[in-house]
Amino acid sequence: MKNRTTVERKSERETVVTRTFNAPARIVFEAWTKPELFKKWWLPKSMGMTLIACEMDVRTGGTYRLVFGQGMEFFGRYTEVTPHSRLVWINEEGGDNGSVTTVTFEEEGGKTLLVVSELYNSKEALDAAGTGAADALVETFQQLDELLVTLGAS
Amino acid sequence: MVQYLDAGLDASFAALSDATRRGVLEQLGRAEASISDLAEKFNMTLTGMKKHVGVLERAGLVRTEKVGRVRTCKIGPRRLEEEMAWLDRYRQLWEARFDELDKVVEELKRKGQVDGRKKRE
Repeated sequence: MKNRTTVERKSERETVVTRTFNAPARIVFEAWTKPELFKKWWLPKSMGMTLIACEMDVRTGGTYRLVFGQGMEFFGRYTEVTPHSRLVWINEEGGDNGSVTTVTFEEEGGKTLLVVSELYNSKEALDAAGTGAADALVETFQQLDELLVTLGAS
Repeated sequence: MVQYLDAGLDASFAALSDATRRGVLEQLGRAEASISDLAEKFNMTLTGMKKHVGVLERAGLVRTEKVGRVRTCKIGPRRLEEEMAWLDRYRQLWEARFDELDKVVEELKRKGQVDGRKKRE
């Protein structure tokens, strides 16, 4: 059974996503901080995009850089790294419109509650983030649904 | 999310429960107007119109901007359908990511059971 993903728009500039994972925080944190693991899930296959580079220097002040085959590039800086509990980074590719992402890992009874909060500089920046990449996603999700039906995937 | 929507909807419905305010929205949908324009059109005092505009503004249905001595009112940023659609897309993105993340986590758990002893040495 899949755990439920909840999405909340906290304010005009902030979104919060929560999800529980059936594993200790140590493991979930590892999947967020090791590039070879991170790249397995950050770009869902359904996006039809590929990561050609994924560099992550996960420590306070360290930088990251994600390069997509389609010529897009995301980069930024980690401003807080607390093993197994908290991760904060600033997206710098958008210049002044960069957002701050805060991820917290809360372990309870061997499970981990993950909270991802994205804070944008303005409502406009948040709206733009939603309509850009995510717009393309909807189409590819539909394709994925069809594909999954074909494959009989569970 | 439910709380957010509820709070937002409450404000919207409260704002829309008044005929004058619905009229003001309709009016602003056609063209922006100053508070005194609106007061005149709806046969109200300036203070009365300010109150109505304030309610609409707090619900996000109207936004106002003061230029010099004139406060201009426009249709606000809040468009429920757009917001819902945005959230939907956002959720889809994260659901897809987390489904993949589940797989990575499961794999790590399996590996952890095997490698655990080695790491602790």
